[in-house]
Amino acid sequence: MKGVPLALVVAAMGALALVPFLGTGYHLALAIGILNNLVLATAWALFSGPTRYVSLATAAFFGIGSYAAAGLGEALPWPVLLAVALVLGAAMALVVGLSTLRLSGIYFVIFTFGLSELIRQLVTWWEVNVSRSVGRYIFLDVTQEGIFWQLFGLAALVFLVGWLIGRSRLGLALRVVGDDELVARHCGINVTGAKLLLFAVSAAFMTLAGAIMAPRWTYLDPSIAFNPVISFQALIMALLGGAGRLWGPLLGVVPLTLLFEVLGANFPNAFSILLGLVFMAIVYAVPNGIAGWFEGAWPRAVRLLPQKAVR
Amino acid sequence: MTVLLEVSGLVRRFGGLVAVNGLSFTVGSSEILGLIGPNGSGKTTALNLLSGALKPDAGDIRLRGRPVAGLSPDRIARLGVARTFQLVRVLPSLDARENVLAGLAFRADPLWGEAADREVSHLLQRVGLGGRGHQRSAELTYIDQKRLELARALALAPKLLLLDEWLAGLNPSELQDGIGLIQSLRREGLSIVLVEHVMDAIRTLCDRCIVMNAGSVLAEGAPDAVLSDPQVVHAYLGDPDA
Ligand SMILES: Nc1ncnc2c1ncn2[C@@H]1O[C@H](COP(=O)(O)OP(=O)(O)OP(=O)(O)O)[C@@H](O)[C@H]1O
Ligand SMILES: [Mg+2]
Repeated sequence: MKGVPLALVVAAMGALALVPFLGTGYHLALAIGILNNLVLATAWALFSGPTRYVSLATAAFFGIGSYAAAGLGEALPWPVLLAVALVLGAAMALVVGLSTLRLSGIYFVIFTFGLSELIRQLVTWWEVNVSRSVGRYIFLDVTQEGIFWQLFGLAALVFLVGWLIGRSRLGLALRVVGDDELVARHCGINVTGAKLLLFAVSAAFMTLAGAIMAPRWTYLDPSIAFNPVISFQALIMALLGGAGRLWGPLLGVVPLTLLFEVLGANFPNAFSILLGLVFMAIVYAVPNGIAGWFEGAWPRAVRLLPQKAVR
Repeated sequence: MTVLLEVSGLVRRFGGLVAVNGLSFTVGSSEILGLIGPNGSGKTTALNLLSGALKPDAGDIRLRGRPVAGLSPDRIARLGVARTFQLVRVLPSLDARENVLAGLAFRADPLWGEAADREVSHLLQRVGLGGRGHQRSAELTYIDQKRLELARALALAPKLLLLDEWLAGLNPSELQDGIGLIQSLRREGLSIVLVEHVMDAIRTLCDRCIVMNAGSVLAEGAPDAVLSDPQVVHAYLGDPDA
């Protein structure tokens, strides 16, 4: 991440940081939505971008984080709770990853989707039969601004960790795996181990986002916390922006969060249909994401400059 | 000469087809063993078994006495076995330098950072790609991709190198360079299993060769002796009246 991309991330984060000072409550809510999606989509792309494994488990990790906050939020000090959520998410990713990362493409997609639904059903069963209630009320003493700044810190952390991974041997390993898994193995790369590690890192961020977001809903039930739309939104935003680059999802998150906000407010009943249409339009029109389009257009635009300056 | 690789009774089936059928041979250190035979005789399958890309159905593979049959390809790579592919496989979205770095960064004694950069330059130079490091490997010509693939294999600092028709498709002068390069590798102590159809290269390079036919060893010995064996000629050319 250098030059233009770095400036882009810094500018976007800088603009977001001004919202609590300059904006209204509505603006703050929007900014929280953007940051939450930014964490989820960037964390999703952290794993799915280089490995090209399409995960639909975002909702599962997010939901587990939310339920950790709902169930333990009053019993544990907040930083401890976040640590617990992080460990829960990463541990679950390791278990899930061990059983699924040997699967190839399409099976992985289906498995992760099925997993999210399974966890949702299990939590529902638990709540009905053990807790004897369908939902929970969350009374945690956190302000909207508190949530905003936690998400802000988390988003900054996603970028920092993603940047560090990109420069590390793990980052190279994942790019090699993404290009050719067999070659990766013959280069001595423990492919499953590398994927597993990254899946856990990605999941930990998603779980943390869920925990931080939980107090926003005073009422939480499994269909909110494990809503499959969460998974599809993260995926669609990352794809629109470009999942192959750390800064790519950002380009999809901002316009789509705003668009979904408008759609959700004006056409609440047709939201799923519209989401599907947007999805199709994106895959059709910008298959490489905005970032890919941008990187392609940039050299074209400056073709007259000497080769070195382009790179 | 100490024995580096010892293969005995190797078998691999694909459904009803026995692609490798009781293959046994040894490779000494600094030895080049030719593996030849008609199309479909099981040469590539044999390399896939040696490198761990395929698991054998039966048989034993020992590297310096250590059993490696059935280990994962990454374990075998870290034990010092590198390979190239019959149909060249570069990492298309990475540039040439990164392709070579991929071989350095995950071996048993990994290189990273400045030391790795120096080694990358050296290896690219060695295969004739000096100064081309920042080119995306997908944009290289077929021959240059083959060179790059070899540089990536050498980056593993292997003890055993498996070359699958690496010389195929080179023009005469490239062929001379290629043969010279392989000879220099052997002088440095590398052992090589060379699958090849270019008979000149076999004669020049190989200490011994094995002729495979339908998965089994048909003949074994010095290249000249083996290549004039009537059975071998028959396997390659078929019946005179066919
Ligand atoms: N993955 C596979 N699945 C099924 N059959 C296979 C597979 N790989 C190889 N075979 C079959 O095994 C036999 C040996 O193939 P192999 O590629 O090892 O031959 P080869 O000696 O390398 O031939 P060539 O000189 O054409 O490269 C062939 O009949 C081939 O069709
Ligand atoms: Mg072959």
